[in-house]
Order: sequence, then structure tokens, then C-alpha cells
Amino acid sequence: MTDVQSTMAPQSTQRRKPIKWRLIGDHAILIAGSLLMLLPVLMVLTTSSYDNVTIHKEGIQFLFGDQLVENYQQALFEKGGFTKTVDGARMLMNSLILGFGFAVGKIVISMMAAYAIVYFRFRFGTVAFWVIFTTLLLPLEVRILPSYEVVQSLGMLNSFSGLIIPLIASATGTFYFRQFFRSVPEELLEAARIDGAGPLKFFVDILVPLSQTMIAAMFIIMFVFGWNQYLWPTLMTTDESMFTLVRGIKQIMQVWIGANIPDYGLAMALAIIAMTPPVAIVIFFQSWFVKGLTESDK
Amino acid sequence: MKRVQFSRPLFPYLLLVPQLSIILIFFYWPAAEAIRSSFYLEDPFGFSSTFVGFDNYHDAVTGSEYGNIAHFTLVFTGLVAFFSLSLALLLAAKADAVIRGAKSYRIFLMWVYAVAPPVAGLMGILLFDQSLGPLTQLAEFFGWDLRLGVNYWDTATAMIVISVWKQVPINFIFFLAGLQSIPRSVREAAIIDDPSSVSRFFSITFPLLAPTAFFLLIINITYALFDTFGVIDIVLKGEPGNNPITLVYKVFLDGFRGNDLGGSSAQSVILMVLVLILTVFQFRFMERRVHYS
Repeated sequence: MTDVQSTMAPQSTQRRKPIKWRLIGDHAILIAGSLLMLLPVLMVLTTSSYDNVTIHKEGIQFLFGDQLVENYQQALFEKGGFTKTVDGARMLMNSLILGFGFAVGKIVISMMAAYAIVYFRFRFGTVAFWVIFTTLLLPLEVRILPSYEVVQSLGMLNSFSGLIIPLIASATGTFYFRQFFRSVPEELLEAARIDGAGPLKFFVDILVPLSQTMIAAMFIIMFVFGWNQYLWPTLMTTDESMFTLVRGIKQIMQVWIGANIPDYGLAMALAIIAMTPPVAIVIFFQSWFVKGLTESDK
Repeated sequence: MKRVQFSRPLFPYLLLVPQLSIILIFFYWPAAEAIRSSFYLEDPFGFSSTFVGFDNYHDAVTGSEYGNIAHFTLVFTGLVAFFSLSLALLLAAKADAVIRGAKSYRIFLMWVYAVAPPVAGLMGILLFDQSLGPLTQLAEFFGWDLRLGVNYWDTATAMIVISVWKQVPINFIFFLAGLQSIPRSVREAAIIDDPSSVSRFFSITFPLLAPTAFFLLIINITYALFDTFGVIDIVLKGEPGNNPITLVYKVFLDGFRGNDLGGSSAQSVILMVLVLILTVFQFRFMERRVHYS
């Protein structure tokens, strides 16, 4: 509608004023909204550059202090926790493994399954379809205790496979790729078959290259999802050297309780470190990410 | 599916093996286990269990706290969904209307999507902190003595504010995409018919957005029920005391702290049924949407 307004505006100078006021109102609302999103994080960022005593005495700070490097160094490299075996860098590494492992595993497995479901005629095809898509109905949170017991009985506690694989047990990725494969023109398969391409060749040489944008979008969404997992890693990992950053947040809270002056600077620095990689990915690959998110619900 | 398909005897099964085996082991087995153990009473050491029928369900639902927690979950879910949807809709409508700075606004309004709920929770308890939190000071300015972790509804307020903040971006992204998919011809015709922007929004734009809004409503309900776990756990510092908790948090407490396997499973199954109803509702609606559009 803005296009029409801007072409209508020059016709009369009298009409320009109310439109302008509305535009100012629109911008005011958007600026207020942006500040609402931005300010809490900015406050935590600036306050994370002070020492604990200053924060404790003077509260949240709005300008940068002189402890920035010290606090982040402490958060990244000083061994913390109860057993003094884990530092921020280790947790960062674990988070990266979880995010990458989950995203790659989920994409590979769901692309294979979606390919089988869309492109092959075989017995039990419909059964497989329903077995897979029923998992869309129940999130991990409602079957958390038995999932824990299954992983425990398989001896997978405190391992990356135990952390990643149960999270993959849902059909979201398969669903997205199924939708996408169905939108690929049929003529491609016909042409490939006339040229004598088998199913493997068609998949590797035609379908995967065609899906590049979709794969990129899925990767961003799944990486952020894996990185931000909290409940599952909290249950699964008791060994501190397996903690992820998001899991480490809880540990910091528990060290806090009973402390005279809590480690505010350290906690805030860790919060900033924990949000930086996923936020950076979402901002840099914004257009892919939005496309993947909004086109997948159809 | 496709008109032209491959028919190979073995290949599709090989493709499906990884997905199916993961789902069977880590989805169907635990789900079946949850249903089974909801009918059994296990002794605290896990040596024996006796079949008790629907006793666990009966005990769970009639427990003194369950009603209160279910009530709070309902209020919490309603408020989080309402505020995050309406705030996001307002911002998306404005972001769709402006031209200058549109790209920057879009980034500023959506990046919080990538912040993990517990990280948002940690920032929240700092901002609502009794002595150093600016939001506590703001509340005090209006004569509200906000005590996080002490007063039931004050804690609830903090939980709701943090959860809404975390959820606005995703709603914003979907609403903006929905608004931008409305054809220009429709918009222009609407401007000619109805010059008032507010009434035009409610009579034309909003009905066109209804499918997006409904889809988002379900997403928001599931978010408030399940994904807010991280926010709640951090705000409570793992010690609920007499603070508000949601149904999912109670499943976690009873199962992992209280070691009440049967009770926790029964509550899980109740939640499963709830989610199932929601999802069926959503699928039916989406099917209809496909038919009429």
C-alpha cells in the first residue's frame, strides 16, 4: 500500500501532512519494537564488562567498563563448575558439535527418507510414511523420562551420540524435504530415466544440487535448534566435560545460590558467548533462513 | 506421490533404514514405555512394579497441586500466545508499511529468534533482579514492589515477559511473510474502497492473514506448553518452592526429582493426548485451507 501512497502524495500538498504523521508513527512503533528486542541484550553486554563488586553495588550498567577482556577470558578459559574440569571454550566446542552433528545428521537422514517416500513405489511405502509422520505429533518433552531411560539402558549417557541421535527422532526435516521433492517437476525424472540414470545417480547428480537452497535453509534452522537445546542435554550430561554452553547456564545458576556476591560478570559473559554463534548465523544467512522457515509450512 | 517412480526391490528400504531405526528406538519405544508405565506402580528402588490400572491417572489429576498447575498453564499459555501474537502482528504490519529502513527493522526484530530460552531466562532474572534489575526499578517507579521468586504472580509476570520477548520474532517473521504474499492488486483495490487504514486492516488484511494467524496460534500454544521449559527452569533456579510451574515442568519434577515414575508417565500421556488433539485440529484446518484456496 505504500507504493500507492507515495504516488498519491505529490498530487496535493495538503494531503501530504497526515500521511507523513502516520509514517512517523509507524517508524516510532518500529523503533520502539527494535529497542525492546535490542536493549535487554545490550544491557547484558555492557554490564558484562564490569567486575562483580561494581555490578553488585551499582546494578546494571549502560556503558562499557574496563573488565571486558578479563570477564570473557575468565568465561572462556578458566575451569569452572564443581569439578573444575570444564571451561567456556570446551562448552563452546561441545555446542558446536551438537549443532553441526544434529543439523548434518538430520538433513542426511531426512533427505534419504524423503527420497524413498516420494520417488519409489514399494510395499509398505504408505506404512513407512505414517510411521515417520506420526512422530510430528509428539515433541520430545512429553516423552522425556522414558527417552532418558532408553538412552540410559543403551549406555549412551554422557556421549555425543546419546545427545544427538534422540533429537533426530522426529520427522520435521523429512516433512520439509518431502514437500520440496514433490514440487520438483516430473519431467526431470523422465528425462533422467531416458538418459539411463539410476536412482542413485538421479539423487546425487540432480536432486541434491537442486535442493541446495533448501539444504542451506534447513541447516541454519536445525543448527540453531540443536545449539539451543536445553532440557535434553541437562538430563543426558552429568559429566561436566560434556556440557554445552546452554547447559552450562544452569550450572552457573547453581553456583550462584549461596554466593555472597554472585559471579554476575561471568554469567553475563557466558550468556553473550552462548547466543553469539546462532545469532550471527541467522543474521548473515537471513534470507535463506526466512525462506526455509516460511515456505516449509505449506 | 509422483506419477513416474522408480521401482527397485531393495533400494528404498535401504534409504529408509536410518530414519526408521532411529524413530523406532528413540520415539516409539519411549512413547510405548510411557504408556505402559503409566499403568504400573513401581517401588522406589525399581525392583518390582504392579499393575494399578488408571490409579496413576486418578492420583495425578486429583492431586492437590494439579488443578492449580493446570490452571496456571492455561493462563500462562493464553497470555504468552496473546501478547506475542498481537505485538508481532502490530510490528509486522508497520514493517510492511514503511519503505525506508525496512531491511534494518526486519533484522532488529527477528534476530532474537536465535537466542536460547534459558539464555533469555538468565538475562531476564538479571533484569528482574531484586537489587540491580532495571525492570524491578521500573516497576517500583510505578509503585509495584516486584519480588521475583518470592511472590507467585511477580514470578509469573517475569516468566510471561521473558517468554513473550523470545517468541515475538518468529511470529513477526511469519506475519510479515503473510502480509507480503498479499497481491499488490488486492491492496490497491482495498485502498480505493476504504481509505481508513485501521478499518481496512481489520476488514481486508486480517481475514487474508487468518490462515497464518491460526497456524501461528498452534505454534505459540506448543511453544508456551513445552519450549518455555528453559525459561521457567532458569527463572526458578531449579527450586520451584511456591512459585508457578507449568504441566511439563511438573512431569519433569515428579519424574526426575520425585522418582514417581508411574505418576510422571501418566501426566506425560495426558499431555500427549492434549498435543495430539491440537495437531489433529491443525491438520484438519490446513487441509481445508488447501481446498478453498
